[in-house]
Amino acid sequence: MGFEKIRTEAMSQRKAMQTSPNARVLIGTGTCGMAAGAGDVLESLESELAKSNIEADIIQVGCIGLCYAEPLIEIIKPGMPSVFYANVTPELMSEIVSDYLIAGNPRADLALGTRGEGTLDGIPQLFDLPVLKSQVRIALRNCGNIDPENIYHYVASGGYEGLRKALKIKRQEVIDEVKRSGLRGRGGAGFPTGVKWQFCHDSPGTTKYIVCNADEGDPGAFMDRALLEGDPHAVLEGMLIGAYALGASEGYIYIRAEYPLAIQRLKVALKQMEECGLLGDNIMDSAFSFHIKIKEGAGAFVCGEETALMASIEGNRGMPRPRPPFPAQAGLWGKPTNINNVETWSNISAILRRGADWYAGYGTEKSRGTKTFSLVGKIMRPGLIEVPMGITLREIIYEIGGGIPEEKAFRAVQTGGPSGGCLPASFLDSPVDYESLAEAGSIIGSGGMVVLDEDTCMVDIARYFLAFTQAESCGKCIPCRWGTKQMLDILEDIVSGNGREGDIDLLIELSEAVKDGSLCALGGTAPNPVLTTIRYFRDEYEAHIFEKRCPALACKSLISYYVIPEKCEGCGICARACPAEAIMGDKRMVHVIDQDRCTKCGTCFEVCPSKFSAIAVVSGEPVTVPLEPVPVGSKA
Amino acid sequence: MTLQQVAPTVPQAEENTVEGQVADILALYKGEQSELIPILQRVQGELGYLPELAMRQVAGFVGVPDSKVFGIATFYAQFKLVPTGRKIIRVCRGTGCHVRGATRLLSELEKELGIGPGETTPDLEYTLETVACFGSCALAPIVVVDDKVHGRMTVPKVRKLVEDEPVSSQG
Ligand SMILES: Cc1cc2nc3c(=O)[nH]c(=O)nc-3n(C[C@H](O)[C@H](O)[C@H](O)COP(=O)(O)O)c2cc1C
Ligand code: FES
Repeated sequence: MGFEKIRTEAMSQRKAMQTSPNARVLIGTGTCGMAAGAGDVLESLESELAKSNIEADIIQVGCIGLCYAEPLIEIIKPGMPSVFYANVTPELMSEIVSDYLIAGNPRADLALGTRGEGTLDGIPQLFDLPVLKSQVRIALRNCGNIDPENIYHYVASGGYEGLRKALKIKRQEVIDEVKRSGLRGRGGAGFPTGVKWQFCHDSPGTTKYIVCNADEGDPGAFMDRALLEGDPHAVLEGMLIGAYALGASEGYIYIRAEYPLAIQRLKVALKQMEECGLLGDNIMDSAFSFHIKIKEGAGAFVCGEETALMASIEGNRGMPRPRPPFPAQAGLWGKPTNINNVETWSNISAILRRGADWYAGYGTEKSRGTKTFSLVGKIMRPGLIEVPMGITLREIIYEIGGGIPEEKAFRAVQTGGPSGGCLPASFLDSPVDYESLAEAGSIIGSGGMVVLDEDTCMVDIARYFLAFTQAESCGKCIPCRWGTKQMLDILEDIVSGNGREGDIDLLIELSEAVKDGSLCALGGTAPNPVLTTIRYFRDEYEAHIFEKRCPALACKSLISYYVIPEKCEGCGICARACPAEAIMGDKRMVHVIDQDRCTKCGTCFEVCPSKFSAIAVVSGEPVTVPLEPVPVGSKA
Repeated sequence: MTLQQVAPTVPQAEENTVEGQVADILALYKGEQSELIPILQRVQGELGYLPELAMRQVAGFVGVPDSKVFGIATFYAQFKLVPTGRKIIRVCRGTGCHVRGATRLLSELEKELGIGPGETTPDLEYTLETVACFGSCALAPIVVVDDKVHGRMTVPKVRKLVEDEPVSSQG
């Protein structure tokens, strides 16, 4: 089938949908939507529709990024703007069906926003909401809008237009276009994509490989998964463009096995591409041929590193090797290989379709375009966002994210995962771009962004990341294998109250050695969380070491739970809930926690009714409470 | 560590069926080294873990030393050399979940089940695992039992999770 035919088919399918008298209901059934209960909502929707005998088309879509609002549905009635409903439950679903789909009342009280032409009384425009207003969707352009398992949906949204343009120009012209766009790799290091392509293009040899890095190992990051689940063709089209430009005829997608839905979506997409003549021999009736294989990772963080990834594809243990030679010179099976990240590939297909100048119009001089982030942690509106480079952290955290819940104070924002750092409030007005974050000691990385509030201990965060990198170190080079172990030991001493004078300096010294001496960037960046927390939160380290105190009241060994005698009403809820049976006291007696038995699990703190709030957590300060239960109201 | 020490020996009666099952899987491949990891993934998918015998069989098929297969099976966290429990409880240890108290959930489960992460109760009822991120950070902290995702977990909720599951004998 020629591409013209496919496009005609796609457009007529779209037209039929738009002119159909049926309403359409889009429901987000990505991993996060399902976790929030979209499956039950879908069932309720189907049964309500069947009961009421009305025709509506249900379309399952990927994640639009408003994770806090999941399960999220969008209803499009003919001739009306579409209406979004957030946090839908099966009960709400049946109300929405009877009130809006049947009776025509859009229920402004339940609606989150509208999209498309026209307005509805009392409902704001979705993209005017603070959470979306400053977002620009390029990599995620179709996520949440199209059925990811239907190639025609993608084509009808301008899909494979970029490839068509690329195939009409010279390979070098494609590379020049990518160079002019200023796109930098989104997998972490931010290397200019066009320059990397040129290296691979110029490498001698006729067999070349293209790889899509979908290993996404950073804990707390899920941008690539959401993209692959929501719009796999955007990534695959990018790979085709790269393959044409570099003269590669074979490609691999290296994806973590923990992403079953994304893998399934990719398989469906590849099959549809083949059927449409977009994969295999003579793509779009040109001389260009390309084949793609999916390789599932097997659970090793280091395999996200490009040389380790290639070793893994070849069937070896995923251990990095020194560079040079770079993959562009000698990659898979010794052949020139070009590796790019999932999001990089999705940007490529957009750039070729809409032009380098359009893309370069977003962002800053040295960091062009947009970047996706998974905004999580202590934040009102966690989600997947895409913003122009150069936006400030404050805009991201307070406008898009809605600030910190429970009126707690902002403590820091962690960017770049285990390779990044923690930035304090003084950086809130810094622009988010490669240079600014690097100067501050952190990195943009792949896009994890975790907001930390006053309850988060910064020493514990450093320990957390070190524990991760130490466990994931492949063990090949000594600075990384032993350096991270020594650093972790010191950090564990500090959080458990055994820190010693000189520990901070020793950590800094070890950090420098691990950074300089490690074979790959796993070790090379592992000290970043430690160095940034020492740089910006040194007083917290000192409180742990010298006063045996955790200011955030988070480190178990340094805190104690107490019942406040003046507040305890002797209800007994805490004593019944305590898993360690460490709480003494009968009804109407002021309860007492046996400090020797207490495991500091915090259950009592959670279950004590808020009208009493009788459990206190303290660190590094003495407390005077009765040793035995006494009647409520008696003087302690 | 030798193979014998980590992989339980399979009773004779079962051996033939394991060998047959693995042979069926191998028939789908060419025997190239790049297929090694996909083959092991498939074998584990079928058998639930990688018995010693299966690893030897795969090594012979691909034409690499047994030690190479063992090296791969122990390098990648996905591969298991011992059978897993009937229920797999996975606690997210991603950053989003960590800052919302995942550590407490994990220690509670360790205490309730009497096993550490990566271990299985002696009655083969539960396996406890940790995962880097489920991508459901918005509902953190997350605990997944088999394929059911439980969001916004607390220590009491986690305790109910294992109490509610009918346990043949607490290991
Ligand atoms: C320890 C380690 C883990 C990495 N993990 C990933 C990953 O999960 N995904 C990714 O795209 N890049 C990852 N990278 C970066 C890759 O090595 C490589 O730079 C990237 O895939 C290149 O693509 P890009 O230029 O499009 O960013 C990792 C690097 C290191 C050192
Ligand atoms: S950090 Fe737990 S789901 Fe992402």
